[in-house]
Order: sequence, then structure tokens, then C-alpha cells
Amino acid sequence: MLAYLSIIITAIFVNNIVFAQFLGICPFLGVSKRISSAVGMGMAVMFVMVIATAVTYLLQMYVLEPYNVTFLQTIVFILVIAALVQVLEIVMKKAMPSLYQALGVFLPLITTNCAVLGVAILVVQKNMTMVEALVYSMSTAVGFTLALVIFAGIREQLSISRVPKCMQGVPIALITAGILAMAFMGFAGIKIG
Amino acid sequence: MNKLKFIIESAIKNNPTFVLLLGMCPTLGTTSSAMNGMSMGLATLCVLVCSNAVISLLRNVIPDKVRIPAFIVVIASFVTVLQMVMQAYMPSLYETLGIFIPLIVVNCILLGRAEAYASKNGVIDSLCDGLGVGLGFTVSLTVLGALREFLGTGKVFDMVVYNEEYGSLVFVLAPGAFIVLGLLLAVVNNIKAQK
Repeated sequence: MLAYLSIIITAIFVNNIVFAQFLGICPFLGVSKRISSAVGMGMAVMFVMVIATAVTYLLQMYVLEPYNVTFLQTIVFILVIAALVQVLEIVMKKAMPSLYQALGVFLPLITTNCAVLGVAILVVQKNMTMVEALVYSMSTAVGFTLALVIFAGIREQLSISRVPKCMQGVPIALITAGILAMAFMGFAGIKIG
Repeated sequence: MNKLKFIIESAIKNNPTFVLLLGMCPTLGTTSSAMNGMSMGLATLCVLVCSNAVISLLRNVIPDKVRIPAFIVVIASFVTVLQMVMQAYMPSLYETLGIFIPLIVVNCILLGRAEAYASKNGVIDSLCDGLGVGLGFTVSLTVLGALREFLGTGKVFDMVVYNEEYGSLVFVLAPGAFIVLGLLLAVVNNIKAQK
């Protein structure tokens, strides 16, 4: 149990996917102007990340490794994730229209989110078990959502404050993210179990 | 001569980091030193040139409806080749850049150039475009890496400029990446505004 708790805390705070690992920066900068869309994007990423990790993990264990074709990993994973996002979109539209309404716009954006592919590859590299992989992907997505929502909250305030002309837009957003990353550095060194 | 001008122009006008703001993850994640930044830039450059050339060759064969998956497969193949070559000949560099090498696949610059340029133009032009944009990316990553290394450890390309004790380590760590890039972008914006 303690091992799982350690994975969760590490993935959310200590090794936060955005602030410590630099994955998923594009949506982090692009979809963080309002808290509501940040929450939507976070939920969509969580949904896709957990399912994508489960599928790619099984593929790696039962197809790529037994047949000795692990060098195909990159190609197979990216195609599976792209296809998965498409399928999820179609299924959700039919089966869960209200959820589709909420997440719809964000789903196609996720294919190019390197965090999803990154987690799928990291899980294999770190030799995790299936359960560990699922817990890890889930908590990474929670960490991503947390970062996105905090950042969106700050940017909402930032949009009504006076910023020097050359700093407007992305530059001030990046510097804000840097200060946030410093705050997250405070978690470094936490160890459980 | 014309080609050279075209390469330099696309490196500046289509600069992925400072103009298009694409490929932010490797930009921030691998620029802890000038050397690392340059290596990542060159790795991306190789894949970009190859994929641009092949996509341009295949542009009349690929049906319009499945072009994006086809582009992704071409890019992913070259990334796999690069991964194997680096693992064989540059294992230590491969370790340092780590996850960011396979993640070249999802770098928006590659798919962006394939879609915007290579799928519409001839092989030589696409090669030059790939070379230009790739060089622009390499130079920006090197500059960012050099600045961070300089501020953080007092070195540039491992050459000591001032005593390491006076450097502030935060610039080499994660927050420094965001802050230095933010300041660089502000400088670029300022130059643009003055023109």
C-alpha cells in the first residue's frame, strides 16, 4: 500500500509532469487562460492517459516483447494513442453525450500532448507492474490537472493586471510558470516508505 | 546562393522557439547546458530534414484523407532510426536526453512543417526548409542552454567563465528554464516592436 502512496505523491508533487519533467507544456500554455477550460482539459487528459497507458502497456507485454519487436515501440505507441483518441471520441459521442459535450473540444488536442506518449514510454522504462502503471498514470494526470488549474487561476488574475508591453502574453506566462515551478521544488526530497 | 538565403530566412522567420512557439517541451526540458541543447536541436534537425524529404517525395502518393497518420508513421520511423543510432554510438548523450528522443515524434514542429510545407513542395525545397527550421531550432536551444549554463554554473560549453560559486543553481534546475525562456521571449518581442 505504502508503495502505491509513494508513487502517487511523487507523481503529483515531487516529480510533477509539467514543472519537473517538462511534458505537456503546449496544452499547459495553450489551455490555461480560464479555470473552467483548464479543468475540462485536465479531465480529458486523465481519461485518455489512463486508458492509453493500459492499452500500450498490454501491447508492450503481450505483443512487442514476446515477438522481439520492441524497436517498433515509438511507432506503435503513437499510432495506438492517435487511434484511441479517435475511437474514444466516437464512443463518447454515442454513449456519454453529456461527458462528450464537456470534454469534446479538448479530445483531438490530446493526440499531440507529449505527456500521454511520455507516460506510456516511462511506465515501460521503469519496469512497473500493471497496477503500478495505472496508479502512476492516474496520479500523473492529477498532477497535470493541478498544475493547469493553479496556473489558470493565476493567469485569470494576470489578465486584468498591468504588464509591460514586451512581457504580455507568453513571456509573463512563462515567468509565472517558473515561479510556480520554484514552489513545487519545495516538495523535492519528500520520501515515503 | 538563393537556396542559402531561403534556408537562413526560414530559420529566422519560421523560428520554432521564438516566433512559432512550437516544441516547447524539449526546449525547456533539454537545455540545462549549451551542449545538451545543441544535441537535442541537432537530433530534431536530422529527423526534420529526413522526414521533410520523404514526405515531399510521397506527397502525390499519400491520399489526402490519411495524410496525418502517414506523416506520423514517416516521422516515427526516422525517430526510431535516430534512437538506434544514438544508442549505438552516443550512449551517454542518449541517457542524458532520455525520454525526449522518442518524444520527437510528438514535436509539433515536425508535423507542422510536413503539413504546411513538405506536402506541397518539391524535394530540394523541402530539404532546405527542414534544414532552415531545424537550424533555427538548434540555434535557439543552444542560446537558451548556454544562457542557463552561464547563469547557473558560470560555464559555457563547459568552459569556465566565472567561478561556479557565484552562479545561481536555480537557472539549471526546472524553474530557470521557464524564467530564462520568458525573458528571452520578452527581448525578442521588444526587438520586433521596435522594427
